[in-house]
Amino acid sequence: MKYFSVLLDNLTKKCYFCKPKILFLINLNSVKTFRLGGIHPENNKFAHSSQIEEFPLPTQAVLYATQHLGAPSTVVVAKGDKVKVGQLLAKGEAFISANLHSPYSGTINKIDAVADITGYKKTAIVIDVEGDEWEDDIDKSPEIKREIRLSPAEIIEKIKEKGIVGLGGACFPTHVKFMVPQGKKAEYMIINAAECEPYISIDNRVMLERTEEFLIGACILRDALQLPTLHIGVEHNKAEAIEKLTQTAKNYQGVEIHTLRTKYPQGAEKQLIKAITGREVPSGKLPIDVGCIVNNVCTSYAVYEAVQKNKPLISNFLSYTGKSIQTPKNYLVRLGTPIQNIIEANGGLPEDTEKLISGGPMMGKAIANRDAFTSKGFSCLLIINNKEGKRKESINCIRCGKCVEACPMGLEPYLLAPLSEAARWEDMEKEHVMDCIECGCCQFSCPSSRPLLDHIRLGKNKTGAMIRARSTK
Amino acid sequence: MALLQVSGSPHVHTDESVKKIMWTVIIALVPTLIFSVIYFGFDAIKLTLVSVAACVFFEWLIQKFLLKGPITIQDGSAVVTGILLAFNLPSNLPIWIVVIGALAAIGIAKMTFGGLGNNPFNPALVGRVFLLISFPVQMTTWPRPHLLFSAPLAADATTGATPLGMIKMTLTQGKDASELMNALPTYAQMLLGDRGGSLGEVAALAIIAGGIFMLIRKVISWHIPVTFIGSAFIFAAILHLINPGLYIPPSYHILCGGLLLGAIFMATDMVTSPMSNWGKIVFGIGCGLLTIIIRVAGSYPEGVSFAILIMNAFVPLINKGFKTKRFGSQKIKS
Repeated sequence: MKYFSVLLDNLTKKCYFCKPKILFLINLNSVKTFRLGGIHPENNKFAHSSQIEEFPLPTQAVLYATQHLGAPSTVVVAKGDKVKVGQLLAKGEAFISANLHSPYSGTINKIDAVADITGYKKTAIVIDVEGDEWEDDIDKSPEIKREIRLSPAEIIEKIKEKGIVGLGGACFPTHVKFMVPQGKKAEYMIINAAECEPYISIDNRVMLERTEEFLIGACILRDALQLPTLHIGVEHNKAEAIEKLTQTAKNYQGVEIHTLRTKYPQGAEKQLIKAITGREVPSGKLPIDVGCIVNNVCTSYAVYEAVQKNKPLISNFLSYTGKSIQTPKNYLVRLGTPIQNIIEANGGLPEDTEKLISGGPMMGKAIANRDAFTSKGFSCLLIINNKEGKRKESINCIRCGKCVEACPMGLEPYLLAPLSEAARWEDMEKEHVMDCIECGCCQFSCPSSRPLLDHIRLGKNKTGAMIRARSTK
Repeated sequence: MALLQVSGSPHVHTDESVKKIMWTVIIALVPTLIFSVIYFGFDAIKLTLVSVAACVFFEWLIQKFLLKGPITIQDGSAVVTGILLAFNLPSNLPIWIVVIGALAAIGIAKMTFGGLGNNPFNPALVGRVFLLISFPVQMTTWPRPHLLFSAPLAADATTGATPLGMIKMTLTQGKDASELMNALPTYAQMLLGDRGGSLGEVAALAIIAGGIFMLIRKVISWHIPVTFIGSAFIFAAILHLINPGLYIPPSYHILCGGLLLGAIFMATDMVTSPMSNWGKIVFGIGCGLLTIIIRVAGSYPEGVSFAILIMNAFVPLINKGFKTKRFGSQKIKS
């Protein structure tokens, strides 16, 4: 089965004629996908079969106070305070905000501005780690709690209290997703297990090693919305995980597992909704407008721990991988661990390192500051070697249309990029630049190696600012 | 500590490049070249080499001394232009005319607009049309193909009209099209290339093989060739059904002349064809209709080059009018 899917990927990547034929074969097994655009980058899931290991605690840890998308949280501890694992460090008071809990026991060394992976300084709490003492109300036992006792409102409250954010990368506070606005109705609870980014294989490991915990977490999310079924979308290159999930799901009611075609960006929220429900999120709208709520695998696992074990979000699953890495690893890392520790535990950076990436190679951020610390949603530490990472010199656009073909949103990157270069924001708005999901398909597929997404991202920011300025006038 | 790179995503890149695309096209052109050598002998190689060399030379010359910018002859686009230009010429054309054609193709059609990627018209076709208008006699004297290494034909038999030229001549003399059929080459002859015509247009099978190779390597998509050939076939069939005495059967339109070469190698040129799939379909249909209109109503027997050039001019409009369907452009059903 594994070889078959690899073969399938290679064939669909290389052969134009095989594609419809294979699509037909796949459809027999009801493999779903989005239709428009998409690419087939090399899979490179080197860490696919390495077990999750717990990463040792650092001696000093730094926790950025705001590790989510939204309003900053307020620090509630002071210098010299003694903290335990699970104690509240920063409180999210605004509507879109999240709490932060201490992953360590020890003393607060200082509260200072510390540079994060982008190199910008952010308010952070520095903790001197002393031992590993947990709050009493946290259940540390490995026993699986299957029974869901809380009511929907209590579940959402718990998710909020325990500081859970979307761990797919954006770190959007999870509880906000579940506060369905008036007049809208959630009809689909979708778990995004596509993991379409090359290299990252942490979702796969969680699904294999913590199958039941993950499923219970997903069921909790489903119950929070009072929906009868739960939809899990998994790309078909994770055949092992699909099999294990299907086996385990037999003991749970209302769990539906969808096999998705291996195609990037299958795990993009809008594309995933299209693949599973057939609904298209309209331009400028949110998934809830078509009745969908999407959550990530690691988020579901965190929800399980929060609701069943009373454990806040204090650790992260993280893949350490790359082409030049001898033994790719999957770790369970406490938040605030120095990135250097992870690199050094694996014998330092390889000689031919070009870039350090937080996240996958398609959408991840390049790490500008190697002395930064892990935070929520840091799902992959990727080492890109200079062979694949070096950008080729960009030459004239030959108008081949490969970017148009690849764009999953049906935009025209070849047109947007020069518009951005010419600073024509109004025209970019007319060409729907705000629909861009920044998946990178255009730049990946450009034979002239043009920096399409760089320009489009800039244009999108500028156009967005222009639109906001107009609406506040 | 070694310095690392920081840049926006994506951090990986396809191994596809312009150079690879161009060399794929060149490989796809090889079978056609082999067939043209079989039929036209040494002349075919000589013409192709001169044309390629002239195109590359002019590109180098212009980039080096006129633009004083980077030199990009190694990307292979000038080689493709050179081969395609040669494929559109009769094999006995004097070399100096070929060089003028290359100058028109590279100098006028390509470099004046800013080089690769910026030219609105297909350079090779501009070169060909330039020569066709400037040197009508030389450009319409076609050597009869004779198999390589076979005994040379008698002097008076070495030149003849192309099938389309014969048709045009006969029809303008007021004769019936059905009388022509015996004089025209058979299907086998047309498929294998044993007929009068330009270097690269005679062997239909070789062109189709090249097209399939490019399709597999995803250098071209099916949209333009299929709609070009399909619309030409349907339009010619309708005309033939209306008056078989005036219009030849559609299969001759497809196999005689340069329609296949045009549809597979010229109209699909990335630079001068539309971006979206719907745009490509419109472009292909336009090319097909114009080709047949020019062939049956114009004064030239052949219309492929003009049709493609005319449609090239419409590409910016097509790009504006026929965009890909955007994701999420429809309203929610409620």
